[in-house]
Formats: sequence, structure tokens, C-alpha cells
Amino acid sequence: MVEENSAITLVEAVNQALAYALANDPQVVLFGQDIGANGGVFRATDGLQQRFGPERVLDTPLAENMIAGIAVGMASQGLRPIAEFQFMGFIYPALDHILSHAARMRNRTRGRLSCPIVYRAPYGSGIHAPEHHSESTEAIFAHVPGLRVVVPSSPARAYGLLLAAIRDPDPVLFLEPKRIYRAAKQPVPDDGEALPLDRAFVLREGRDLTLIAWGASVKETLAAAEQLSTEGIEAEVIDPATLKPLDIHSIIDSLEKTHCCVVVHEAARFGGLGAEIAAQIQEYAFDLLEAPVQRVTGYDTVMPYYQLENVYLPGVERILAGARAALGYSREGRQ
Amino acid sequence: MHKPRLQLQASFDIAWLQYLDKQGRATQPLPEFASPDWLAHCYRQMQLARLVDDRAVKLQRTGRLGTYPSSLGQEAIGVAVGNALMKEDVYCPYYRETGAFLERGVLIEEILANWGGDERGQNFQHAPHDLPICIPIATQALHAAGVAFALQYRHRQQGTPLQVAVTSSGEGATSKGDFYEAMNLAGVWKLPVVFVVNNNQWAISVPRTAQTATQTIAQKAIAAGIPALQVDGNDVVAVAWAVRDAMARARNGEGPALIEAISYRLCDHTTADDASRYRSEEELEQARQWEPIRRLDAYLRSEGLWSDAKQQDLDRELAQVMEAALDNWESRPPEPATAIFDHLHAHLPEGLYEQYDQLRDEQTAGVRG
Repeated sequence: MVEENSAITLVEAVNQALAYALANDPQVVLFGQDIGANGGVFRATDGLQQRFGPERVLDTPLAENMIAGIAVGMASQGLRPIAEFQFMGFIYPALDHILSHAARMRNRTRGRLSCPIVYRAPYGSGIHAPEHHSESTEAIFAHVPGLRVVVPSSPARAYGLLLAAIRDPDPVLFLEPKRIYRAAKQPVPDDGEALPLDRAFVLREGRDLTLIAWGASVKETLAAAEQLSTEGIEAEVIDPATLKPLDIHSIIDSLEKTHCCVVVHEAARFGGLGAEIAAQIQEYAFDLLEAPVQRVTGYDTVMPYYQLENVYLPGVERILAGARAALGYSREGRQ
Repeated sequence: MHKPRLQLQASFDIAWLQYLDKQGRATQPLPEFASPDWLAHCYRQMQLARLVDDRAVKLQRTGRLGTYPSSLGQEAIGVAVGNALMKEDVYCPYYRETGAFLERGVLIEEILANWGGDERGQNFQHAPHDLPICIPIATQALHAAGVAFALQYRHRQQGTPLQVAVTSSGEGATSKGDFYEAMNLAGVWKLPVVFVVNNNQWAISVPRTAQTATQTIAQKAIAAGIPALQVDGNDVVAVAWAVRDAMARARNGEGPALIEAISYRLCDHTTADDASRYRSEEELEQARQWEPIRRLDAYLRSEGLWSDAKQQDLDRELAQVMEAALDNWESRPPEPATAIFDHLHAHLPEGLYEQYDQLRDEQTAGVRG
């Protein structure tokens, strides 16, 4: 049990939200690989099996496709399954069930059955892990109708958004940025208060430039904003948090002030969510733009093994370069 | 010195069950549940399934229905399986199961709506907890394991009687990981689920012999540590006994089982298929000799339970049932186009309002134009 007001990490906030849900909704069950006695490879489920019993917190046999598939059956009969994938890089065998069934069950049965499932997966790079342990392929899932894709970027948002995902009547892919699982602590009251899904969060207000980032990249993006501030440039930082459905209105509201923006993501550029955000901005707010939307992303390469992962990741310098490119256009336009 | 060698473990037994032989003669006394009334009911439902399939294929041929998978020749399996479930049990079907759908209370007009391209056909009015018809192969086996977990969970939490999930598939589905993963989990979690494999010898064009090197499909259960039985799938009594027995066992908390029901697909895979490309008329003609309706007809007549007069009455009754269902199907107003948004999520996300409005406006303009 975490004392209220004591500062906790993002992974501890995940644990706190899972415990709250288990304690308050008897239909909630947790399952995945090594989540029981071991508490999950990142300890996100630490102590939960001891506290809530092996009938509600279950280690499964080792098959990701199976984990996704049984969740569909459980949810169809009124349970609230929360399934953990050990790493996002291992989620691909499960796509058939997530995309073809969980995301479509309500529509296919015209509302007769539904799939209130949370599929959790640690996501992103930066922890010097073996190959296949560092993926950021959120765009694959965001493309699929019927599925919500949510990424928290702080302990408080992890707690509030995970509770919202668990209570949502439809399937949610909840991607936990493992690089910042333990990067920062903040007090997160265990009050069961959910944060709204489908709403972006303005993490820093500013008038000159909009920076959009989610997950672990929020850390570098905020650092870049601080650097810009020392130069007299005030960047607004927006974390969409729910990547699908996307809260484009909050982004456009920001552009009303700033007129230029940079989208930052770890994922590869081609077909990444930066492309979707840029497309929506030019559709809805072309007149507001004084510069092309800049994308600061991973390269369109295979996610490198860890010796080169920092080369791949969009760091503060690359975000600053993107910001300066946008501001360069912007200033020309104003002259 | 003894050197261990690779070994093909082949010392196992797969039991085989049959009550009615290919000519419809009883090979052993029928079980108690197989009363004259029960047999007559199954016979009616098998004939209704055949009629529904026949009409559906004709509707497809005349452009009124989309691709349709007939269950011609496999009616005994569907009817026996559907009949074995209690109302509160949950059925997780594949797509070639007309007889089971009818037994579960799925309306003929729902079956027609579904294959007529209308999602409302999966909103089973009288089977509210059954899973919809599953098109991706074998995925329903995992859903059934999940359903069985939910039933077991409810039983343990609330002390309600243990209900059972039953799932069906073809033999081709047993080549997929989903099928084995589901049996494996069901075994280790002792889930109340029964896997029924409708071994109809053909997975579209691929014969059973090209599907697996195992001698039987049933033996695949051994690797998952669960019991299995092979039954004559064209013998409605044998299928019913096997499924009832497996379900009773599951209901008693003894865990899952696999039933391999051996049959033969007498029709094309679907209306989009032409089975003459890959199998001979001789093979088909041979298979027709042991099909389930002819067999049950022979048995019922030999027992004095059936006659030409009864058949004429039944034909008339089933024709009326079919016509009424066709009327209901055809008279149902179409869904508004915006229905494609209505059940995407419980509540339409704001981000989709614009697309919803666009479609609605297009439709309004189209109607006006």
C-alpha cells in the first residue's frame, strides 16, 4: 500500500491504479506472463496476486495471442479483463484478437456484446534491452477503428488514465513508457479519480511555438521547452495522451496562439502519428499556420539494438532543431 | 550403453463412438435421452437446417444473398451440439453451424441477415450471450476459453451453478496455434469448455491428409493433457452423447474435453467455391451414402417412428417456417447508413462527430438527389 501524498513513480502509479480497480470492481481480473508471484518483469503488478489472490491475478501460459484472445471471451461475458504483454515488441502475435475481435465485437453484434478490455504493454526504447524490447508501434493500433490507444507520461496521468481505461466500456491499448517508469516521482492520491480519455493535456503554456509529444518523449520535449525559454521563446507543450481518438481541438487551440508546431515521437516517421497530426492540422487550421508542421521522430529504420538507441531517439537537440526550423519559417512570415 | 533415441510416441488409444451405423442400424442400445420425441426433434431440426442451407444457396445464386457456407451433410453435428447446451451455457461457433444456430434459438432471418451483409444478423435475440459467428479460423477456440474462465469465475465468486462454453471448428482449424493454445490453457486452468471439431475432411481444397501427420484430430488433446473422443459425426445420437458427456464432466468441475466428430462436407466450402476442382464425384457419391439425415430416416422407419405421411406433414410445416422467415427478413427496413458509427464504441468519440455528420449529410443529399 502506498501512503497518500508520498511521491511515487509511474510504474508504482500503474500498480496503484490496478490495485484500486481490483479492490473496487469484482469483475476486474489481471493476467499475463510472470505477473503473479514475480509481480511482472517491471514490477507493475507487484504484490497484487498476494493481495487479491490467484483467482483474480493470474499467470498465464506463454502465448501472447492466447492472452489477447481469452480477454475477448472474458469481456464478452461481463468481466473486465486487464491483460499484460511483457513488451510491446511481443504483441504482434496478438494482433488478430485485438484488431479482428476486441475492436470489432460491439459493432459486429450491433451492441449485443462488447469488449471492455485493457491491453497493457511496456513500450518504447531507452532501457538498453535486447532486440524486440524497444518498439514504439502505436500507429499500427491507432489506425484500427474501435480501439483506443492511450499513453501516459507522468505518474498522475498513468493512474488517472489507467483507471479511465479500465472503466471504459470498450477496448483500450494502454502503452506504458518504460524509459520513464522510474524517471520521476510525484504524489498521486489513491482516490480512484480517473482522468478523461480523448482529451489532450497542456503540460506547459507558451505563446511562440507548440510542441506535441507523448510518452517518454515528453521528458525531452519539456527539456527543450525550458532551453527555448532561456532564449526568450515560450513553447506550449501538449501531450495528447489518448492518441486515438485524437483531441485535435486542443492542438488547434494552441495553434491559434503559436501558429507553428513540432510533433515529436520515438516511432518511425513514415505513417507515424506525426503524419496524422500534421494532416489534421492542415485540414482544420491551414490558415493559422506560419510554418510547415515539423516532425522530430525516430528514423525509418529498424529500431536499433541498444548501442545505437540514443542515436535513434529524438533527443533535446533534435527537438530544438525542429523548433528552430518551425520558428524560422514563422518569423519570416511575420516580417 | 543404451542411447536414447528420438521416438514417435504412438502408444495411445482414441475411443470411437457410434450408435447408428451407416445404414441406420443401431449398433448398441440407444442412450436414455434418445427418446422417440427427442429423435423426432433432431430429425426435424436437421431437415430444417438442410432446408435453410438449400434456400440460402439459392438466394445467393440469384443475387439476393452474399457468400454463404452451407452445412450440407453435417447437420447431425450442429443439431446435436446445439441441443446439448443449456440456455445459460455459451456457444462459441465457427461459421458452418446452421443446425446449432437453430437449436440455440438463432432466428433464420438472423442467419439470412448476417450472410446478407447486415450486422444485425449477429444480434441474436434469443441467444444473447453466445458469441457471434466467427470467420477468422480457430480464434473462437480462444474466445471460448475466455468465456469458460468467466463462467468458472462467476461460479466461484457467486456460487452459481457452473456453466459450460462449447466451441466448434473445422479440422483445418486444428492446424492453428489458437486451437492448441486454447486447449493448452483450458487444460492447465481446468476450464469448463468443450471443443468440438467438425472433421468434414476438407478445409476448402486441402484434404485432411494434407492438414496434419497425426492419425486423428482427437489425439491433439493428449498434448494439452485433456481427454478426447472420436465420434461418428453423421450419427446424431453419438455426437449428442459425446457432447453431453463432455459437458456434464465440465459442469462437474472436471475440466475441458475435445470431441472429434467425423463427417463429410457434401457441399462446396461456400457459394464462392467449386469443389469439383479438387475432389472427385466418386468420392462425393460415396460420402452421400452415409450422410446423417438418410441414416436417421432409416433408423426411425425401422423403429416404426416415421412414415411418408409424417414426412409430408413435416415438409409442409418446414416450408411454412422458411417462408415466414424469408418474409421477416425481406420486410425488415434497412439500417440507416450512420449505423456504421453507432456501435463502434459505446459512445461516439467527439473526434468522429465530423465523419458521422459527413455521412449523414451525404445520405440526406443522396435521398434528395
